[in-house]
Amino acid sequence: MSDRATGSVQPPRPDSSGRYGRFGGKYVPETLMHALTQLESAFHSLASDAHFQKELAETLRDYVGRESPLYFAERLTRHYARGGDGGGGPEVYLKREDLNHTGAHKINNAVAQALLARKLGKRRVVAETGAGQHGVATATVCARFGLECVVYMGAQDMERQALNVFRMRLLGAEVRAVHSGTATLKDATSEAIRDWVTNVETTHYILGSVAGPHPYPMMVREFQAVIGKETRKQALEKWGGKPDVLVACVGGGSNAMGLFHEFIDDKDVRLIGVEAAGLGLESGKHAATLTKGEIGVLHGAMSYLLQDDDGQIIEPHSISAGLDYPGVGPEHSFLKDVGRAEYYSVTDEEALEAFKRVSQLEGIIPALETSHALAYLEKLCPTLPNGTKVVVNCSGRGDKDVQTALKYLNV
Amino acid sequence: MAAIRTMQPVGLSETFNRLKKDGKVAFIPYITAGDPDLSTTAEALKVLDSCGSDIIELGVPYSDPLADGPVIQAAATRSLAKGTNLNAILSMLKEVVPQLSCPIALFTYYNPILKRGTERFMATIRDSGVHGLVVPDVPLEETETLRTEAKKHGIELVLLTTPTTPTDRMKAIVDAAEGFVYLVSSVGVTGARASVSASVESLLREIKEATTKPVAVGFGISKPEHVKQVAGWGADGVIVGSAMVKLLGEAKSPQEGLKELEDFTRSLKAALP
Repeated sequence: MSDRATGSVQPPRPDSSGRYGRFGGKYVPETLMHALTQLESAFHSLASDAHFQKELAETLRDYVGRESPLYFAERLTRHYARGGDGGGGPEVYLKREDLNHTGAHKINNAVAQALLARKLGKRRVVAETGAGQHGVATATVCARFGLECVVYMGAQDMERQALNVFRMRLLGAEVRAVHSGTATLKDATSEAIRDWVTNVETTHYILGSVAGPHPYPMMVREFQAVIGKETRKQALEKWGGKPDVLVACVGGGSNAMGLFHEFIDDKDVRLIGVEAAGLGLESGKHAATLTKGEIGVLHGAMSYLLQDDDGQIIEPHSISAGLDYPGVGPEHSFLKDVGRAEYYSVTDEEALEAFKRVSQLEGIIPALETSHALAYLEKLCPTLPNGTKVVVNCSGRGDKDVQTALKYLNV
Repeated sequence: MAAIRTMQPVGLSETFNRLKKDGKVAFIPYITAGDPDLSTTAEALKVLDSCGSDIIELGVPYSDPLADGPVIQAAATRSLAKGTNLNAILSMLKEVVPQLSCPIALFTYYNPILKRGTERFMATIRDSGVHGLVVPDVPLEETETLRTEAKKHGIELVLLTTPTTPTDRMKAIVDAAEGFVYLVSSVGVTGARASVSASVESLLREIKEATTKPVAVGFGISKPEHVKQVAGWGADGVIVGSAMVKLLGEAKSPQEGLKELEDFTRSLKAALP
């Protein structure tokens, strides 16, 4: 705690114009500007809104099932132990966001934004979804709070994630297929924004990641920050210290920001984000935005993104629909540029191996997104001193992915 | 008219000044470059010009056109699939602009500008004979660099105001707008609508109280009765986009599309003073 106690003199992030260094901002059609301003002031008023805070805390506890455990992954730790007796090597802990209601961290943000929509007097909600986790989370909270819900999903993703499509419909949401572009997450996001532009007076857009125009990256980060806050408290209880290394997968980057944010000023805590290298970084078929992207503007924010020489957005590829996005949250771009966080990537194949490994060693089937973070342990753990405390954000469970994995894995 | 046709086009605001003196309302069509192909676009520009268009908005196709409805999205997708890129559009313009009497305003999303570098982008489009620029995903707060570089290169940066824009903000937008003020007629993305929202009349009045700059109304305007109505409400210009794009995109052949474009343009133009 001493680093924090001595205080950091960093300027607030984002600044008043929604910037993280040169990243972020609000690059949206003028029609949305007023709604973004309203949203920002509503968000700021929440801090002093005791009723809202109480309702959010109770919903997170009794409905979502927080706090989520910080679990010592004993057999995974032994897998990375050096020496035959299993002694030595780093200790691996999993922050069990997969145990949340609906099976991923996405619900933390969805609950808070649904309460915010209600506060704004908006009865209709739109959302985008890739893997379907954010769509399911949004459909769930809309059912819980009696809001009309429309979820945009790429037609290709609807096929990959048929179970989640059924879940959303069962929950009373309307799922609209998006056929434009490559029919994946980026196109679903564009379509959700277009819907919002058209119905902005009655509709709240529950954006699911730390992406999009200001104030979304900040707001979603704050609503996910509960992950890191709990981790700090649980680490203190479990070993009387802080984690040494935090690892999370990064698509748009909300589970990673949720875990990292609490520890940004703790310079002795390494922050590692893991992107999807798809079929390999050199194949051109990947979603490793921070590793291979260039600065540009997509969906309202300046950030790294995958683009061609003409500034057209390139289609990403990942086996995991939730990481299959050509952009990334602006704060991740900032953390990369200032060197505060490290970003690496793992391939589809490595992620599948981790999917299987963690299932068999821990009895936990992780989401394919999460499997990317878990796969990076193979490279990371051999480099860490004995006793290093590694916390991986186990951001989602993999039940939704078994159909995909079935095509690739022999078990 | 013949004498005017041989003149070099002037800038956007100068075009409005001249029209105003004659008591006329500017007709501003929009088409997407490269749909169905760039040589048809070149012909379409000439057709639109010869039918009396006062400014032509030319859309640069983009992979993720957030502010556009299905018609212009589809046109952009077709155009990109044909391999249209900014360089090809600009070389086409370099050839065609000297044959036009009306100025061209480029409509492009921000990322293609950023990728090229704002300064280089402005220099290149100016060199191709472009006079104005509309960037639908850059609101006032983010326009600083764009405005500086546009000014340096003699490009007029048009800014948009909408029915959801509060009055104070609208005033700041019209202050900073160059060429003309683009009033978005309705809450939503581009695309034809059955009627023009009656709120446009009061929005026009409010803007006119705040500025002497010309105001053109766009989004959703697709019929002669629409342009007549909007002109009657005091607009200095009307912008028709998706309806034009649809004609070119759905025609059985480029020739047929150009013919329909010509007839349609004449019918719209005839509805204006």
